[in-house]
This record gives sequence, C-alpha cells and structure tokens, in this order.
Amino acid sequence: MEKVLTRNIEPGKAPTDMTAYEANGGYQGLHKALTSMSSLECREVVSASNLRGRGGAGFPTGMKWSFVPMDDKCTPGHKYLVCNADEMEPGAFKDRLLMEYDPHQLIEGMILSAYCIGADLSYIFIRGEYVVAIDRLRQALKECYAKGYLGDNILGSGFKLDMYVHPSAGRYICGEETALINALEGKRANPRAKPPFPQVSGLWGRPTIVNNVETLCNIPHIIDRGADWFKSLGVGEDAGTKMFGVSGRVKTPGCWELPMGTPIREILENHAGGMQDGLQLKGFLPGGGSTDFLTHEHLDLAMDYNVIGKAGSRMGTGTMIILDDQTCPVGMVLNLIRFFAHESCGFCTPCRDGLPWTRQVLEDIEQGRGKTEDLDTLEYQINYIGAIGNTHCALAPGAMEPLQSALKYFRDDFERHISGGCCPYHSGKGA
Amino acid sequence: MSNAKMIQSDISSVLTLQEMAAIDHELEHVPYKSGAAIDALKIVQAERGWVSDESLQAIAKYLDMSAEELEGVATFYNLIYRRPVGEKVILFCDSVSCWISGCDSIKATISETLGVDYGETTEDNRYTLLPVPCLGACDRAPVMMVGDDLVTHLDTHKISEIFASSKSGDQS
Repeated sequence: MEKVLTRNIEPGKAPTDMTAYEANGGYQGLHKALTSMSSLECREVVSASNLRGRGGAGFPTGMKWSFVPMDDKCTPGHKYLVCNADEMEPGAFKDRLLMEYDPHQLIEGMILSAYCIGADLSYIFIRGEYVVAIDRLRQALKECYAKGYLGDNILGSGFKLDMYVHPSAGRYICGEETALINALEGKRANPRAKPPFPQVSGLWGRPTIVNNVETLCNIPHIIDRGADWFKSLGVGEDAGTKMFGVSGRVKTPGCWELPMGTPIREILENHAGGMQDGLQLKGFLPGGGSTDFLTHEHLDLAMDYNVIGKAGSRMGTGTMIILDDQTCPVGMVLNLIRFFAHESCGFCTPCRDGLPWTRQVLEDIEQGRGKTEDLDTLEYQINYIGAIGNTHCALAPGAMEPLQSALKYFRDDFERHISGGCCPYHSGKGA
Repeated sequence: MSNAKMIQSDISSVLTLQEMAAIDHELEHVPYKSGAAIDALKIVQAERGWVSDESLQAIAKYLDMSAEELEGVATFYNLIYRRPVGEKVILFCDSVSCWISGCDSIKATISETLGVDYGETTEDNRYTLLPVPCLGACDRAPVMMVGDDLVTHLDTHKISEIFASSKSGDQS
C-alpha cells in the first residue's frame, strides 16, 4: 500500500523539518493551489474526495466547509481555522504521532484548508501534555514564516494567514468543537448550544471551522493528487487511508496507516500480532472509549464508517481497545465511566449527576455489593442520558456506548458479580 | 488616590513586570481582556508553579474580570493548579488502555515509594501526584509524565529506578 499520511514517518527516523518535508514532495499542494487554483476549485476537490472527519464523527469535510459564508456573503472581519489537536479520547494515540514526526504535513494542510474557507487566522489547539509536539510545531511554524508560507501575500497570491500554537490547560470536553472555541476564548469549556453552528458563528462570533489533526493532514495530498486518486486508496466504501491503532494486551500494540475499509481481523492479527500468549479476545471498542463494544462475530467487518455503524458501534478515532478474556468487562466499563464522570463539564444535570450515579452503581457491582435491580438502574441511565437530546452535548451519550454494549454482550459477567458477591476475575485490577 | 490607581498598585505589588508584559502580549490577540484569562493563569503558574488566591485576584483585576469568574475558569482546567505543587508534577494515566495493562498496581507502587496519594505532594516537595486523562500513548501503556517527560512501559522496576532518591524515609 502507498503510504500517504506516514510517508515521512518511519520507526527510528528523525522528525521532518522543512528541508526533509519539501525533499519528499512537501508543500507541492500549497504551490499548486496558490498558483493555479481558486479557493472554490480547492473546495470542490475536497468535496469530491469524500474525505470524512477523522476526529470521530466522520462528517464529510467538504460539506462542513460548505456552510462557511464565502466572499460577499460574509460580513467583513476575521474567519478562523482551528485544528483540534486535543487528543484525549481514551485509547486514541494517532494525532500525537502525526504531529511529533511530521509537523509540516499538518501545517500545510491547515494553510490549504484556511485558503479553502478564506480564513486569515488559525490556531492549533493542542493538549498541554503534548510538549514534544508543541515544540516541533512551533519550530515548524518559524520555518514557514521564514519561507513565506505564512504571513502576508503567501507565494504572491495575495492570500494572508497567521497561525498560532495554543496549548490547552486540559479537559476532555475541549475536544467538543464548541467547548474548544469557548476554551480558546478564555472561558470554561462548556459546549455551546447549536445552532448557531461554528461555521457561521464560532470563535469570537465569527465563522470558524474546527477540524481534527488527521483530517487536515489529508488535505495537501488531496489537493496535490486529486479526488479520484484519494478515493482509490480505500478498499471499502470510504475514501483514503486511515491511522488505525490497537492497544490492550495484544502482542504488538501500535498505530498503522492502512487503507480505509481494512478488515478488523487484518488489523488485529497482521499488525497487532494477535493476543498475547495465554489470552483470548473477548471484545473490543473499535474507535476509542466512547464507542460500543464489538466482538468475535464482527472481526471480518471492514473499518468503514457505515459498516461499523450498522454493526451497532462507531469507527470513532479508529484506535481500537482490546478486551481480553482475563480482564473484567465490568471493571473496564467502570474505568471508562469513571473517566467520563470526571470529565463531565457539569453544565447539564443529566450528565453531571447521571454519570457519577452510574459510576457508583458500577463500583458496587464490581466490588461485590451489587443487587439485581442495579442492572435496571444501568438500563435506565442508558435510555435516559444515553439519548441524544436529553443532554447538552454528546459526552454522556458517548459514555453510555461501552456500557450498553457491555450489558448486551457480557451481561452474564455483570450477573456473576452480583450473584457471587465479588469480581470473578480476581485480577487485582478491579476498582 | 484614584480608584484606578489603587487597583493598579494592588496588581503591581503581586504581578511582576515580566508577567504583566507576557499577559500584555496575549492581550494583543484577543478582542477583550477576559479572552486572555487562561493564558494569564498559565503565565503566572509558569513563574510560580501554581496560582495562589492573591495571584488570582491580581490577574482578575488586570483583566477587568471578577475574581469569582476567573476562579470558575481556573478550577475548570486540569493543568491549572490552585494549590502548591512540588518541583515536578507526575501526571499518571489511569485511563482504559493503561488500566488493562495494569496501571493500578503501578500507581500503588508509586504511592508506596513516594508516600503520596493523588493530589498530594511528597515531603521533600519534589513530586505532586495527579491522575490525567488518557495521555495518548496507549501502545506503550502503562505511561505517565514526570514533569515534561513521558515515561512509557511502566513496571515496578522502572518506578523504583525513577524515584530511587525520593523513597519515603530517605530524607530524614
């Protein structure tokens, strides 16, 4: 397979600077766009490519951009492009790799995306713990200003763009795009009510696009080589390649760029090396901590947005978390719910109160104090705070996904905890 | 003395010239002062390690915000410290992939070695132990950060190596 996003990334190889990036075809897309394509033509290529957002929701990128008011339809003032580099989904570790080892790819993608939507200011909103990526991105930005790829009149096109790295002060909810915008404005990162959508009224009330790191990293290649080429990369329904990851007790956990639509079994067995000796696969979260469990029967499914959706889960970030047969599923779900309860922004009651309640019930079950009716309480929470529309944002519904599917596939494990009055796994990893 | 002058003198008795200059730089990028609230908190914390009540009130005045509003911002974020921390903060990942890889027993070893639980600082003031949301290094789990350094593939041996000189009791 042709490497696209990771063409400059190899184990043991130094991160790319400007010279190395350009030597391998870097900034060709930028030169092509700014010297021979209008912003409309660039947007049309991205729309035709069928690129879908790699942050988790899978929303078509071209369509997201199409809501930004352009030219004389936009009132005078700034427009913003924001890169969501706040990678905090439990089990997700793909954007770190892209930023640490090829920072210019992201920056080129951002310059092109800003050109597409007519943005003049852009921010890389990155979690504060990613200190290496922050340093390398700042260094790369300096190189870009020195080279004339950022600032006024880029490549003589009249297009002007400034870009800043903005390290976050930390909170999972900042990954929600309107919460992220509030954080950029110096406020508490509570999500905003929608509409208005950020494309129309985002940062400081101005049109704003928020895209994930991996999404933006695809843009230079799409502009440079075209929509048809990009679509041909996928082996299933979806276009392009994807950073897929596997963590948990497999032989070789890691992150690999593979064609969209690669079967789950291939990722697990060929790339992650299968389960560690003595362990069996019990289930897996296909795309991070807020996606539903899938299990053996789903191993031959393609990692495509709609295929995984039809199976009852979400492809999310594409970074899988593996549950083995000697790890307690109740303990695993408790760990996840504890995370989401801690990271709830506290703005709406169902999430702020419902998640700690759910955590408490799961703690009781895991520690052997559970009662049969606790399972009804869990079902109640799943139906109540798990329903989109009952909460202010998607955090609590996302939190319910691993729980509801654990109850579906591993219900006997919950019942054994309750009937036996203890965790049957005795792994020492319980709460 | 005018009210404005009095406020100014209050602020300058707390914030240093360098801190105010750094905050002024951030103010150039925002349409109104409170927009730089998080940046200002981080600037002061970078100098002093944490944000005291006194610092918080001075920053609030400097940004024309109420102290209550700024406190709401400061306490929202994981990486703004409203209590003193040690020379290095240990950000310990207890999220799902690290948990599957046995982080609970690693955490127990750290607590035993350093004599601290989450939210506590060692007696020698070298380390503060805090939990952190998934650090995004799940293929190298269990992981933690010690100051700015990411430490991966944690096991009890590695923990004793890292904290060898900070064992509880060694300092007496």
